Amino acid sequence: MAETQIPVTVLTGYLGSGKTTLLNRILTENHGKKYAVVVNEFGEIGIDNELIVESDEEVFEMNNGCVCCTVRGDLIRVVEGLMKRPGGFDGILVETTGLADPAPVAQTFFMDDDVRAKAKLDAVVAIADAKHLVQRLADSREAEEQIGFADVILVNKTDLVTSEELAEVEERIRAINPGALIHRTERCAIPLSNVLDRGAFDLDRILTLDPAFLDGHDHDHDHDHDHDHDHDHHHPDHHDTTIGSVALAAGALEPQRFFPWIQEITQQFGPDILRLKGILAFKDDPERYVVQGVHMIIEGDHQRAWKEGEERTSRLVFIGRKLDAGVLRAGFEACVA
Amino acid sequence: MPSIQEFPFGAYVVEAAFLGETAAFALGDGTVRLADGAEAKSAAVHSGAILAATATREGKLLTGGDDGRVALTDAGGAAYTIAERPRKWIDLVAAGPNGAVAFASGRQAFVKLADGRERTFDHERAVGGLAFAPKGLRLAVARYGGVTLWWAGTEAKPVSLDWQGAHIAATFSPDGRYLITVMQENALHGWRLADGKDMQMSGYPAKPRSLSWSAKGRFLASSGANAAILWPFHFKDGPMGRQPTQLGAREVLVTRVACHPREDVVAVGYQDGMVMAVRLADAEEAVMRRSGDGAVSALAWDDGGRHLAFGTEEGAAGLVDLAARS
Repeated sequence: MAETQIPVTVLTGYLGSGKTTLLNRILTENHGKKYAVVVNEFGEIGIDNELIVESDEEVFEMNNGCVCCTVRGDLIRVVEGLMKRPGGFDGILVETTGLADPAPVAQTFFMDDDVRAKAKLDAVVAIADAKHLVQRLADSREAEEQIGFADVILVNKTDLVTSEELAEVEERIRAINPGALIHRTERCAIPLSNVLDRGAFDLDRILTLDPAFLDGHDHDHDHDHDHDHDHDHHHPDHHDTTIGSVALAAGALEPQRFFPWIQEITQQFGPDILRLKGILAFKDDPERYVVQGVHMIIEGDHQRAWKEGEERTSRLVFIGRKLDAGVLRAGFEACVA
Repeated sequence: MPSIQEFPFGAYVVEAAFLGETAAFALGDGTVRLADGAEAKSAAVHSGAILAATATREGKLLTGGDDGRVALTDAGGAAYTIAERPRKWIDLVAAGPNGAVAFASGRQAFVKLADGRERTFDHERAVGGLAFAPKGLRLAVARYGGVTLWWAGTEAKPVSLDWQGAHIAATFSPDGRYLITVMQENALHGWRLADGKDMQMSGYPAKPRSLSWSAKGRFLASSGANAAILWPFHFKDGPMGRQPTQLGAREVLVTRVACHPREDVVAVGYQDGMVMAVRLADAEEAVMRRSGDGAVSALAWDDGGRHLAFGTEEGAAGLVDLAARS
């Protein structure tokens, strides 16, 4: 069943950042693929395309006593409806409003079994306006969460800023979410393969998420990081940013210790954890184990066999508010086999 | 095995129903197919996918589509549009008395009466399910946080039945005493309408999306577990404090149920495409259709209970004739 799950890309970004520009490109470009696009308002989408679906955001709180267990009821119905169409889709794109919390969208693809059987979350793509992001981060909790949530971030409208301003924007993004793949764009001009159907590619990036990576081993662009990052400190140099990340690395883990620990951590700190992602090596297990989560929801599965000569390391990244790196690291290290 | 006439439609079977003696299938490719001798004839009804369908009390097929249209198709294949909401998805429909139909898109439910009058019912949250009461022009709208009961023909104030959580489908018992909803949290909720008393029916591993009342409304059969789950409603207090009957247990999820119109027999459709008929009295099982071609997505008996129509998500469909054994 896993092979037939349709990849879902969630598009976030503050008002005016360029989401509609990107959507219009995806809908008009001759890429030979069939994407269904779920929007909040037809608004400025320039074309009449039968694969565009307008949908009112319907956030359902699940009746299970967990305040952060929310799903998008409208999305559940849209996915069910799309599955009835003949021929299937190469992907589904979900646009969120500028002020939306991305969590319910992402959680829908973990929590609703009917949706999970048909579709899987591929990537959360945030579009950031290079000119205004720094100000948005200062005055908007949502803008910060959108950056924190993203797997891929388009720093758009780069033609409107100086190289110094651009460097600052990217530094601020890295402070919140060091693992995200950043692309610089003008008018969202980017090969769509960098945004859609990313598969496991973006997850694999966390393997490279360490201090060396932060010091400029990213081949995507060439900005400098001149301040010294400790891979799990809290970036105290930005007082107005409250979201940060903790990246952990260790050797092979003991699954009997790891699973109870991650359950406990997500139960205890779930509301503050925006996302977690990990590629794990378990003792005596020939396969890589991939884990990801949103708030209190976590899911994991074997991904593929470890390759010959591949270093069997376990990496786990948390992105969230008020994360206690010491507690997380000590707990993680106690799981080492 | 009883004899089966197979129809390889190749498109998602959204609903099956009988229009008089004619088996009708509403498909995801926008067509309605009508069994006609050895073949099935095709009526092009919607330009996109059919999202919801049900037989009306007058023997027509009511459909809603992602082309924003609501249509009626008769047993001869003649189709006409009765309402349009451009660019909206009509993914819920319900048929009421005297030709009344209801449909919904987003936060609005609509009722269209046989004389052409139309009414709009606005809600704060999206409509999750529609059901007409067995008697009178009373419409139940399932939604987040409960159900709103409207009198579709008058301006009377609606009644709200509240229960926390998302309600995604609704059905009245045939005697009109109970209203049951399907919940996002893999459970059923119910109200005894006389006094508003709540009932919870939980423990399902999946959403019990398909509901069907047995002959005379004695049991409510439901999907959502690896057996058909039947709650007893013939006791004075309904299912309260009672255990449900489980029938047709397999290691596979039940995706559709349809009770026989006259006898205490339930047709059970599974995620692997198998269909069984199970007798309530002794749990005796009879295979109606082998597994294959995706989950069973539609099941319907004709009025006499001699024919059973089925369809699957992958576009297989057929007509089982219980009288003709092969």
